[in-house]
Amino acid sequence: MNRIEQKFRELKTKNKKAFIAYIMAGDPNLKTTYELVLELERRGVDIMELGVPFSDPIADGPTIQKAGLRALRNKVDLKDILNLVKQLRKRTELPLVLMSYLNLIYCYGIERLIKEARDKGVDGMIVPDLIPEEAEDLLKIAKANEFSTIFLASPTSTPERIKKIAEASTGFIYYVSLTGVTGTRDKLPAGLREAVLKIKEITPKPVCVGFGISQRKQVEEILKFSDGIVVGSAIVEIIERNINKPDLVKKVGIFVNRLSG
Amino acid sequence: MLPDKKGYFGEFGGRFIPETLVYALEELEDEYNKAKRDKKFQEELDYYLQEYAGRPTPLYFAKNLTQFLKGAKIYLKREDLLHTGAHKINNTLGQALLTLRMGKKRIIAETGAGQHGVAVATVAALFGLECVIYMGEEDINRQALNVFRMKLLGAEVRAVNAGSRTLKDAINEALRDWVTNVRTTHYCLGSVVGPHPFPMLVRDFQAVIGKETKSEILKQEGRLPDYLIACVGGGSNSIGLFHPFFKNRQVKFIGVEAGGWGLSSGKHAATLEKGKVGIFHGSKSFFLQEKGGQIKLAHSVSAGLDYPGVGPEHAYYKKIGRAEYVSVTDKEALEGFKLLSKSEGIIPALEPAHAIYYVTKLAPRLSQDKIIVICLSGRGDKDVEMVSKILSGM
Repeated sequence: MNRIEQKFRELKTKNKKAFIAYIMAGDPNLKTTYELVLELERRGVDIMELGVPFSDPIADGPTIQKAGLRALRNKVDLKDILNLVKQLRKRTELPLVLMSYLNLIYCYGIERLIKEARDKGVDGMIVPDLIPEEAEDLLKIAKANEFSTIFLASPTSTPERIKKIAEASTGFIYYVSLTGVTGTRDKLPAGLREAVLKIKEITPKPVCVGFGISQRKQVEEILKFSDGIVVGSAIVEIIERNINKPDLVKKVGIFVNRLSG
Repeated sequence: MLPDKKGYFGEFGGRFIPETLVYALEELEDEYNKAKRDKKFQEELDYYLQEYAGRPTPLYFAKNLTQFLKGAKIYLKREDLLHTGAHKINNTLGQALLTLRMGKKRIIAETGAGQHGVAVATVAALFGLECVIYMGEEDINRQALNVFRMKLLGAEVRAVNAGSRTLKDAINEALRDWVTNVRTTHYCLGSVVGPHPFPMLVRDFQAVIGKETKSEILKQEGRLPDYLIACVGGGSNSIGLFHPFFKNRQVKFIGVEAGGWGLSSGKHAATLEKGKVGIFHGSKSFFLQEKGGQIKLAHSVSAGLDYPGVGPEHAYYKKIGRAEYVSVTDKEALEGFKLLSKSEGIIPALEPAHAIYYVTKLAPRLSQDKIIVICLSGRGDKDVEMVSKILSGM
């Protein structure tokens, strides 16, 4: 059992839900990312997603696009991020997940990446432009290495597809709350609760909801029916607003603390 | 016949997209498969291709150019004579009819040179669809005339400021729109790129170019040509010409990519010569990319070729050796542009001007009984202003 599965087991016994935070690795630099991960763990984050910057992030809205550009200006790549995780592992057992577009993984070599990532302490990955049907090789390698593969389900996924997605997912299933790209929204989409409950009828695996979440009351609402939530753009916006300020890490920590409750 | 069920041409192709879009791609694939078997759909498409777009287009023997080059006989497949001025309308008519069949009321598209954008805006006007076109800001500057045409046709043109502000970024933005409005919107992709079924579907709609060419050359020459030559950006006009000749092994295919400032300059769009295999914009194919997999910026004087990827079927043709891919620089393309204008009284678009220049090198090396067909994929009106600027600056 890897750290993600352990975490969900632990949360379940405590009757708690997972708060998952996303930040772009290398935004504004790797040293800050290192400090942010440790700070956010102290502030109640259960699982950390580290974004890998890509030139053409088609599933992301403007906030994360800009964060990616900032990281790319620092020439941050997968190798740097794996090394960052290695450093973090000296200080924390927080479950760490990579969120990367497929071409970066493909160019690195799928097997090489999964093995190195696992060795350095990464627990799994989310690939927004990969669907289970195209993931045969990756799934085999991930399974052999006890590396979690978290697939996305969306409002347009049919029950048959949800089944496939649930089968291929280890750790948890990432439910995309809306049809759209990442980014904060004022309102939760209609029918979210029903959609999540439907997935939970199909699979016993944890279902976490992401995309569009930025307010405490949204978090509270979603945690009533899901196993966890993912917050990305809202956190990245705080980072963006506090770039070059000495108390960036603290400010992000306070914000996340307020969200996670 | 390729692609296989999962949309692969050999190892290339597939469907690499966010989960939200799977539903729309399956819907499109199902509708297309139904339409293909529906005689009415085919008749309707044929009607519009003939009465509205102006098909069949002539296969014109370029006598002056042939005499000037003193070699193989050169024929031009005159896609430039189509309504809207380029081959793009073949595909947009087909996809617009599919959009209507799917009951969708909104159509979006990316455009580079603006030819595809104009062709989409045109069919949107014709069939009463709401239309949004994404176009890189750099391209908006280079192709002001086409931007104005799209607006006249009732489309909204949205400028894309991200990245290289060209075709690649316009596709990113169109994909983001599609993910958001997937239930009501059809994404009318303009080339043989993207996730399955687009490379197959766009090829099938463009294959009318090759099918007509085949019967026309048989009528005029009594035999098949020796060479088919076309420019390759994403690769839709070239696949359209090549595909119906796939099994005619004696017919050689040459795809001409944009060499930009030269292949060693790094400023080019020669994906098949200089790119590496990767997975981007929905399919596995060749892409211009950094070692770590970041997508590079392409460069070409012609906006329609300025794309760092290429359709998976071309990647397959290259891999199995069915087609040869070469490149022609910006400067050489301008030579081709001027030569065809002067010798035949036909001003080509800068995209096929690449193919024309290549033929000026190839034809003289061949004997006079050989036959070359060039796909003249579009007319040059859209480029005249920019070419005049370049020539006066040179």
